[in-house]
Amino acid sequence: MTAYRLTAGGLVDRSRALSFSFDGRPLRGFAGDTLASALIANDQLLAGRSFKYHRPRGIVSVGSSEPNALVTIGSGARSDPNTKATVAELYAGLTARSQNRWPSLGFDIGAVSDLLSPFIGAGFYYKTFMWPAQLWEKLYEPLIRRAGGLGRVVLERDPESYEKSWAHCDLLVVGGGPTGLTAALTAARAGLRVILADEDFRLGGSLLSETQAIDGAPAHVFADRVVAELQALPNVTLLPRTTVFGWYDDNVFGAVERVQKHVAEPLAKLPTERVWRVVARRALLATGAEERPLVFGGNDRPGVMMAGALRTYANRYGVAAGRSVAIFTNGSAGYQAARDLHAKGITIAAIVDGRVAAEDAAPEGTRVIRSASLIDTRGRRRVSGIVVERSGFEELVACDAVGMSGGWSPVIHLACQRGAKPVWSDTLSAFVAPDVGGGLRVAGSANGVYTLSGCLGDGAAKASAIASELGFKPTQDVMPETGEEADPSFTALWYAPGAKSKAFVDFQNDVHTKDLGLALREGFGHVEHAKRYTTSGMATDQGKLSNINAVGILAGMRGVSPADVGTTTFRPFYTPVSFGALAGTARDKHAAPTRKSPLHEWARKNGAAFVEAGPWYRSAWFPRAGEKTWRESVDREVLNVRANVGICDVSTLGKIELFGPDAAEFLNRIYCNALLKLPVGKARYGLMLREDGFVYDDGTVSRLAEEHFLVTTTTAMAGGVMSHMEYCSQVLWPELKVRFCSVSDQWAQIAIAGPKARSVLQQLIENDISDAGFPFLAAGTVTLKGGLKARLFRISFSGELAFELAVPAGFGIAVADQLMDVGRAVDICAYGVEALNVLRLEKGLPTHAEFDGRVTPDDAGLGRMVSPHKTDFVGKHLSSRYGLTAADRMQLVGLKPVDREKDIRAGAHLLREGMKPSTLNDQGWVSSACFSPVLGHHIAFAFLKSGRERYGERIVVWDKLRDQEAVAEVCDPVFVDPENARMKA
Amino acid sequence: MASLITCPHCGVRPKEEFAIRGDASLVRPAPTASDEAWHDYVYVRANPRGRTLEHWQHVGGCRRFLVVERDTFTHEVHSVTDGAAFARENGK
Repeated sequence: MTAYRLTAGGLVDRSRALSFSFDGRPLRGFAGDTLASALIANDQLLAGRSFKYHRPRGIVSVGSSEPNALVTIGSGARSDPNTKATVAELYAGLTARSQNRWPSLGFDIGAVSDLLSPFIGAGFYYKTFMWPAQLWEKLYEPLIRRAGGLGRVVLERDPESYEKSWAHCDLLVVGGGPTGLTAALTAARAGLRVILADEDFRLGGSLLSETQAIDGAPAHVFADRVVAELQALPNVTLLPRTTVFGWYDDNVFGAVERVQKHVAEPLAKLPTERVWRVVARRALLATGAEERPLVFGGNDRPGVMMAGALRTYANRYGVAAGRSVAIFTNGSAGYQAARDLHAKGITIAAIVDGRVAAEDAAPEGTRVIRSASLIDTRGRRRVSGIVVERSGFEELVACDAVGMSGGWSPVIHLACQRGAKPVWSDTLSAFVAPDVGGGLRVAGSANGVYTLSGCLGDGAAKASAIASELGFKPTQDVMPETGEEADPSFTALWYAPGAKSKAFVDFQNDVHTKDLGLALREGFGHVEHAKRYTTSGMATDQGKLSNINAVGILAGMRGVSPADVGTTTFRPFYTPVSFGALAGTARDKHAAPTRKSPLHEWARKNGAAFVEAGPWYRSAWFPRAGEKTWRESVDREVLNVRANVGICDVSTLGKIELFGPDAAEFLNRIYCNALLKLPVGKARYGLMLREDGFVYDDGTVSRLAEEHFLVTTTTAMAGGVMSHMEYCSQVLWPELKVRFCSVSDQWAQIAIAGPKARSVLQQLIENDISDAGFPFLAAGTVTLKGGLKARLFRISFSGELAFELAVPAGFGIAVADQLMDVGRAVDICAYGVEALNVLRLEKGLPTHAEFDGRVTPDDAGLGRMVSPHKTDFVGKHLSSRYGLTAADRMQLVGLKPVDREKDIRAGAHLLREGMKPSTLNDQGWVSSACFSPVLGHHIAFAFLKSGRERYGERIVVWDKLRDQEAVAEVCDPVFVDPENARMKA
Repeated sequence: MASLITCPHCGVRPKEEFAIRGDASLVRPAPTASDEAWHDYVYVRANPRGRTLEHWQHVGGCRRFLVVERDTFTHEVHSVTDGAAFARENGK
């Protein structure tokens, strides 16, 4: 079909051609291709520009370790930047764009930075852009950010949907290659609940590109057979397209499943990605091993690839990255690649072997150059030749692709994510997984077993052992026949000597050998320092290919073993996970529940402006025609309540109903004031302390019957108070006979306040609610006209004659409508929480702005509420300790600006006149403030040192945040009706 | 953290249904006890590596306070008992 597609072979479906585009160019691939294999088939090896020097870069690998081939897939809001072409499954209509180039991939102006590279070595930001400091934010940083960087984030709303799922299993197998498949099969046959996850879209791992036969059939046939058996078993969950990215406490694994990343039109009923939290009794790491790149001059030229990747592209995808391939190797794997490519009819230009005496079999007629080094490459957008140095002689060998093979590194990331460090193995010349206990074990190539038969055997053996441990009886499995194979061997080669041009260690972050040398010379030779100084291993691939070479080079330069250098820290995530997947469904309105009062619709149709208060939407004020600012509405509402009547939705208050012979005793112990003798039919203000003596919450306690109480809490503390009461009743005093439950949602509650409140309310109620019939602080059941039972409380949070009427939630709107109807004659208005706040401040009533957790009852002027007679209540002992009773504590006072035009805001601090603002001179703070329409000026609550002795004193209100200052007079916090005449009318 | 908790009232439930309050081995002192006893009860907490008793409230279930005995190092849960039963056994 194309220049680089082999005529036959591979596991792609040649009957299903797929159209896609790269940088706008229409191309074709096959079902079963990755974007990378399809690009190679179309002679599009050049996939991007590098991060720093903008050098042309090509596809290097075949999996999630890919450093170069990062592309943006999709368009508009569906764009996914920094997607690895090597793991992106090809689908019809896929659109991909290259990144970090301008104006085009072929001609990139940024490439000039490559010419400047002598001046922009490691750490150049810190050295070059130090002076003058003020230019950093305005000039340097934007400049660097524009030049560097990878794909661009899309600012449009993400249209994809995501979800999270829990899963539980006996055995989680991470990796679906030969080791993982036999492990899963062994465990599944023994009856374990097995989950097998693999990041590839097709299970089989290396079996899909293996030429070794298993039981006389191609390896991929064996893989398909095992997968088919697993699929048929009810105790097995197969998760292809799923990357296990993290290992957490209690053997919980995080995994992300790309459910619909490979389809052009995702189905709405399925998420695009799903995050799994897998709780595994045991887990087996069968993640294989990563082939190491070699560090040589010009090793970043497009066409220089991993030898194993060339092999996989040829065997699995039926594509050849080149027609004449040179191999640079220091082990047997390079020869294996050469043999496989040769068998596909690809010319092997030469095998360059760094070792002195190697006995691996090269394909017939292939030139092998031993004891040689590859010192440079030729070509621009694709390699055209290599420069080989041997015994001082240089030779140019023409080729159009280079396969490099530097040995193997077990993939052990997950095992090292919970603090254990990898262990260096001299025999394997690699870091291997530490012993992390029985919960997570490592098998196959990840365990340093590199032969096919070894992997199949190790997977089965480890799974058998796990099955026995968990009390299952493993069946005797017959191992498949694989024939003879040699154990792959290699000699570590960290750096090919004699480089004639830049030899890159980290392709993605453009770190070359000289950068590491500079880091060491400048004192950053520790592996963690070198990483940060050079940025080696800090790119989106997290150095999957490069880290081991960086460690080896640092070890070489320092003259120590890689064991002494060690590795950098392994952390989740193994590969990048989208924020969308991590958020799951918890976004927008699903991020937190929205709570609406049963009167929400009533408030809305009366024109309320709403304010978010925790999860609640509360009506803040009710603007009327002609009112331009919120203050105009609030002032009107306040004045109308003081002159006529208003109604306010107070349904959001917490309501808890208590029953039982010990209910009174229980309440007496959780409130600091005396409640034991509260008469039936009466309400009382209740103040709750924490055990440390500070105020916790306040509300009202009503006795509806001898053994039946109703308490209210503030809106914000409703949940906390409920839990606190449950703790007290279950843990502290289980002997008390009391039961209670929350009835917050069952009642709509309306405050009716103002001198005309009674006359309006009486029109709805059968019972006599005159002052004699229903006096101040009366509480009880009443009957509404029409027969509805309701609860009425004569309590006031405004200082006016006021009632609170509670009706079953479903009747709330009807009752509120009727109140508005009958009140129209006396100019009733709806008022919101802003007016409520002004009313309570004018009346001198503290609330949670005052009870901030540092305030005692006495601080708030409520000291007389703490019963001195009760033997015990929560907070009794510690509320009497010295620090909480000291005379110079901050006490609640009122403030009035001396210049009545000045405003005071909450958060301001108090200073004596003429004193400089300092912590030492701090006299207190303003906790609440508002404009009082009744008084015609601002008023405030403040906590002031020994405040109650200082009424009449002038104090400076210092508000640095808003850069304003005012002089205020300290006064009693009750601004309106201190005699309570209105409230008790 | 353990991922599954066996509530004595509701059965095996995910840990997300529970809220942890803290040390369950503390005993509330008498109101007349010394300042030191009250200070220790309110402010002083051990931070053990190993077995510990904690109050977990099953907020997404029966709302009972449970005493969960777990290992802070291995995350193993050894026992879960009802908080009131535990309190009664310990002299309430």
